[in-house]
Amino acid sequence: MTGDLYDLWEVFVRARRGLSHQHVGSLHAPDAEVALRRARDLYTRRGEGVSIWVVPSGAVSASDPGEKEPYFTPARDKDYRYPTYYELPKEVRGL
Amino acid sequence: MSNARALTALTKTLKPLDGYALALGDDALISSHRLSEWLTYAPDLEEEVALANIALDQLGQARHLLGFAGRSSGLSEDELAYQRVDREYRNSLLAELPNGDFAHTILRLFFFSTYQRLLYAGLTASADGELAAFAAKAAVEVGYHHEYAVSWTLRLGDGTEESHDRAAAALAELWPYTAELFAVDEDVAALAAEGLVPDPESLAGPWSEQVGTVLAQATLGTAPSGTWRPSGGRAGLHTEALGYLLAEMQSVHRAHPGATW
Repeated sequence: MTGDLYDLWEVFVRARRGLSHQHVGSLHAPDAEVALRRARDLYTRRGEGVSIWVVPSGAVSASDPGEKEPYFTPARDKDYRYPTYYELPKEVRGL
Repeated sequence: MSNARALTALTKTLKPLDGYALALGDDALISSHRLSEWLTYAPDLEEEVALANIALDQLGQARHLLGFAGRSSGLSEDELAYQRVDREYRNSLLAELPNGDFAHTILRLFFFSTYQRLLYAGLTASADGELAAFAAKAAVEVGYHHEYAVSWTLRLGDGTEESHDRAAAALAELWPYTAELFAVDEDVAALAAEGLVPDPESLAGPWSEQVGTVLAQATLGTAPSGTWRPSGGRAGLHTEALGYLLAEMQSVHRAHPGATW
């Protein structure tokens, strides 16, 4: 019922300082303020976060599942994109 | 039920500070139970979780306060919660009134959380270290309950014609019961004089001011006038609603006394 009444929002939670916000799910809410509050109640009940973003689901532009092949498969066999062949100088510590 | 009668006698002879904690704990416990009644009935899933979160915060506060209240008399929080009858409960009448519609629940939570926020803030200065520490933790929880209730009060009052009318009806019905929150009896006056608890009368001014500001912003006008201000909850004189609430809340414990899992 509320699906028709309220907009859908995507919720992003940052677990702690230094990490980035991660998508955790979605919810229905009439406006951004209520969406934030509901995100707090639904997704941070067990101390999961220190910061929340909510974004109207309609504002998300998603890649087309039908275009999966041209989008993602070319990256699979390009191992030169990994730092595997990079020799670490002896002086570098803490990497 | 000699056991139950012995309990009655004990709750009547609690030390004043224990009796005070019992009244606060009963407020939190009964309010928590009313909020939990929204489970599976809330307007939507998101709101249900929000109300349940608040109910659980209040239940946590009740457990702490009941534990404090019964300790020196050897009464456990379970005995206090599940083995007293309505005449032995000290919650304010406001907490026990049936839920009504969503606006009714929100307005009640708005009045109650505004009161609790002021109360716990005052209690953090208590000469009793344990109560002060409890209040500091509870004040943060109640701060969120208040924010939640204010936000909905504004939306309902200044929302659609229907939501405004429902909020206005809830305001008219609940308002008379708010006076009891600030009533002072001999025991509380003595505790306040010793710096153990905030003087309830000193909370009334800030409460009226804060509530009035939100009501005006919510286009719900000013507080209703009227001289009918029921009380009696603190002395165990309740509305008929509390008996039904307790019958449900205590049914499992009464069917299986002392059961654990």
